[in-house]
Amino acid sequence: MTLPLVWFILVAATFTIYFFLEGFDFGVDLLRPFLARNEAQRKALIGTIGPFWDGNEVWVILAAGAIFAAFPTWYGALLTSMYPLFALILLALIGRGVAFEFRAQVDDRRWRVFWDVTSFVGSLLPAFLWGVIMANMVRGLPLAAAGRYVGGSFDFFDAFSILGGLATLALFVLHGATFLLLRLHTGTELHTRAHRAALTWGAFATVLVLGFVYLGFVRDELFRSFGLSSWLFPAGAAVNLALVWLALTLRRDRLSFIATSLTILFSTATIFLSLYPNVLPSTLDPSFNLTIQNSASAPYTLRLMSWVGLIFLPLVIGYQAWNYYVFRQRVKEDAGGLGHGY
Amino acid sequence: MTELFGFSTLDLSRFQFATTSIFHYFFVPFTVGFALIIAIFQTIAYRTQSPRMENLTRFFGHLFFINFAVGVVTGIVQEFQFGMNWSVFSNFVGNIFGVPLALEVLMAFFLESTFLGLWWFGRDRLPRWATLASIWIVALGTSISAFWIIIANAWMQHPVGYTIQNGQAVMTDFWAVVFNPKGLEWFAHLWTGSLTVGAFFVLAVSAYHLRRKHETDAFLVSFKVALVVALAGSAGVILAGHEQGQSAVRDQPMKYAAFSALWDTPTGKGMPESLVAFPSNSQGRNTFELSVPYVGSLLAFNNFSSQAKGLHELQAESVRKYGPGNYIPYVWPVYWAFRIMVGLGGVMLLTALYFAWRWRAGKLADPGRLYPLLLAMPLAPHLANFSGWIATEMGRQPWVVQGLLRTGDAVSSLRPLPVLLSLAAFWVVYLLLIGLDVYLLTRTARAGMHAPDVEAQGMPAPHYLPEGGTL
Ligand code: HDD
Ligand code: HEM
Ligand code: HEM
Repeated sequence: MTLPLVWFILVAATFTIYFFLEGFDFGVDLLRPFLARNEAQRKALIGTIGPFWDGNEVWVILAAGAIFAAFPTWYGALLTSMYPLFALILLALIGRGVAFEFRAQVDDRRWRVFWDVTSFVGSLLPAFLWGVIMANMVRGLPLAAAGRYVGGSFDFFDAFSILGGLATLALFVLHGATFLLLRLHTGTELHTRAHRAALTWGAFATVLVLGFVYLGFVRDELFRSFGLSSWLFPAGAAVNLALVWLALTLRRDRLSFIATSLTILFSTATIFLSLYPNVLPSTLDPSFNLTIQNSASAPYTLRLMSWVGLIFLPLVIGYQAWNYYVFRQRVKEDAGGLGHGY
Repeated sequence: MTELFGFSTLDLSRFQFATTSIFHYFFVPFTVGFALIIAIFQTIAYRTQSPRMENLTRFFGHLFFINFAVGVVTGIVQEFQFGMNWSVFSNFVGNIFGVPLALEVLMAFFLESTFLGLWWFGRDRLPRWATLASIWIVALGTSISAFWIIIANAWMQHPVGYTIQNGQAVMTDFWAVVFNPKGLEWFAHLWTGSLTVGAFFVLAVSAYHLRRKHETDAFLVSFKVALVVALAGSAGVILAGHEQGQSAVRDQPMKYAAFSALWDTPTGKGMPESLVAFPSNSQGRNTFELSVPYVGSLLAFNNFSSQAKGLHELQAESVRKYGPGNYIPYVWPVYWAFRIMVGLGGVMLLTALYFAWRWRAGKLADPGRLYPLLLAMPLAPHLANFSGWIATEMGRQPWVVQGLLRTGDAVSSLRPLPVLLSLAAFWVVYLLLIGLDVYLLTRTARAGMHAPDVEAQGMPAPHYLPEGGTL
């Protein structure tokens, strides 16, 4: 296996971990207005992700940093071509991040409502736009030589990419709901509502993901490059969506969360596998495609980065896992602040 | 390239980059310095087992959280904007520049974001030593983060350990990049500068409460700790800055000449130091000038005879080396920004010395007549940072990578409209953020160590007082 390929897999893995982790905290934020009936319940829902969301978000920063170092041409072409989408994601993440910290600082209803709206929109936009971006990435963009984008500033939306966006949105909400099943005490009102939300959004997610796969895979044959096992990953996603439904019906909370996690894993893997061996295809001329080989950094940098990753990634995963372990207790719904919410 | 209201994509991208970097840099040096001070408080609390010190730590910790949030969210923009607005630059430097950036994420950001939560929320779940270790890890993380980003920036000012291959700068020696002499000097300057940002804030808050005789014992401790940090920081920032000036003469003579508004290479003996000047790029000279003889040589070379080259001579050299073009930066803002920074450094050191003297005289509990100055001082390091970056970054124009890549060639092929829209949106959001940050900081700082009227939930619950009791 060549070094650029290793780094392509690592970038894919970083995005997968990001979607897996931040997926549920987007989901929890999006569900909050619908599940919580009063302030105590809202606080409890925030408390379920309070100690985690910041660490989750760093994975997307790592994804950007890793692409920058390992695939500089990809980094520039990707971010420049979909400039408005990334600008919106950044603004949304700003709003959402400060909402977490500022919401509690002033005891005033309007103040809280303002931040509640901010964190809702701040989660809605990225949850939708990441799907749009992934869809555009798979389909390709009008790129000239050296990854220079020559398309319009705002045309990233068509049935395929919008469906992609809705699919990630629904998946993240579903993932958030199954995460809540683990973080709330069973038998409480919130837990029951989260369970119901999971069933509903499970249905939405299934329809949208199947639609996306149909458009991309069957109609446009975009997912053409993975040879023998081409069906394996989308099928894996589908099986897991079915499993979610089964687990929810049997009230196996942990299993349903595992199943939504695996769905996200298989879906992200599908996207990156269908890119291979490109990283950003050109719709103008295949010779302008950015590929794993032609956009990668020189061997020296890649070797260096591999050592760095080898040393620090296990460490990071280790202490993040420990963080989840420290805050493993379920959150009580009416006990007020996180300080005594357990 | 097309323009919008007379602005090209390049103009807008430059303005956007300066905006986002400077805003980010209002919050991060505060985080770097403040984290260290809080770790010291936590250590004192740990050793004395005093609930009062524990409360003091929580009080300042709450302030820290408010600011940290804004630092983090403005940082996310930084990570993406190179690719968004400067794709040619990214493509050119990614092999080298991307590495410290990725190292920063892996070594610092994960550390900070995880251990800050453990420190604050995990207090009743973790052994006391683990809580103490967590805040020290956070403090370490913030400094590591500053280190790597400065290494990245220093490479652009002083490229080392690379060759050019197929139009890209390719790394040949990682350790040369890490131990870039410019980077180490800068880190010393930035890090000590960050200490002053944290220290003068803690001094102001402590003085405010000392004045009101609120929790005098605790705030006297925080005042003393912050005073020591302020002294070390302002002395350090001046010493390191002096070094930086001397290395600028060698590495970036054009920038140094702009710092000094030195148009013509001095004739005669020694080099004067400019005190006041009104530089004019269009006339290629200073329309007004006041300077003292020999001091320039002393500051730049530690002697009374050496001379630096003037802007005109350097321009001619650059044309010979790089081809026709204008290589003289816009002198006016560079010159004045540099002077404001240096002046403020002096003011900071004097203020710290004055209060150190009061400490020796045993009059610390009463801030005395300079109390209003103390309340205003938190602004000084911020202003110095702001002007320092203006001087540094504008002083190296037209280069974005010194001698290798011009800013004008580095920009993405974008239409101006999306950049204008994002620029406007960032301004609105950032102004809101800075307003809220200042509002919440002053509000929380003034409330002091009472059980606050609010209970935080997704976030820290600031219970400064033990359950159900007063101190
Ligand atoms: C608290 C803030 C602060 C204070 C009090 C000072 N500086 Fe500074 N200075 C900075 C904050 C800063 C900075 C914002 O951090 C810069 C911008 C880039 C850098 O490396 O540090 C900087 C840059 C900078 C440079 C530019 C380096 C270059 O571009 O090559 C020089 C020569 C100095 N400083 C020198 C000084 C001197 C002689 C000071 C004496 C009083 C001083 N600074 C006080
Ligand atoms: C380490 C990474 C950095 C990189 C790659 C970088 C690169 C750049 C680039 C591409 C520009 C645009 C050219 C221009 O506007 O003239 C610029 C300008 C600027 N940067 Fe930096 N910079 C870095 C760090 C910083 C930091 C941390 C700050 C301050 C907080 C800063 C402050 C500025 C300012 C004030 C300008 C505007 C100067 C001008 O418009 O002439 N930079 N820099
Ligand atoms: C221009 C280049 C820069 C980039 C790309 C950048 C990137 C970032 C990012 C992505 C974050 C958020 C991390 C998180 O989510 O936890 C962040 C925060 C931070 N950055 Fe920057 N940054 C830049 C400049 C600087 C400079 C010049 C310094 C210090 C000298 C600095 C120090 C920090 C620190 C200490 C934090 C922690 C959060 C906080 O302080 O509030 N950064 N930065």
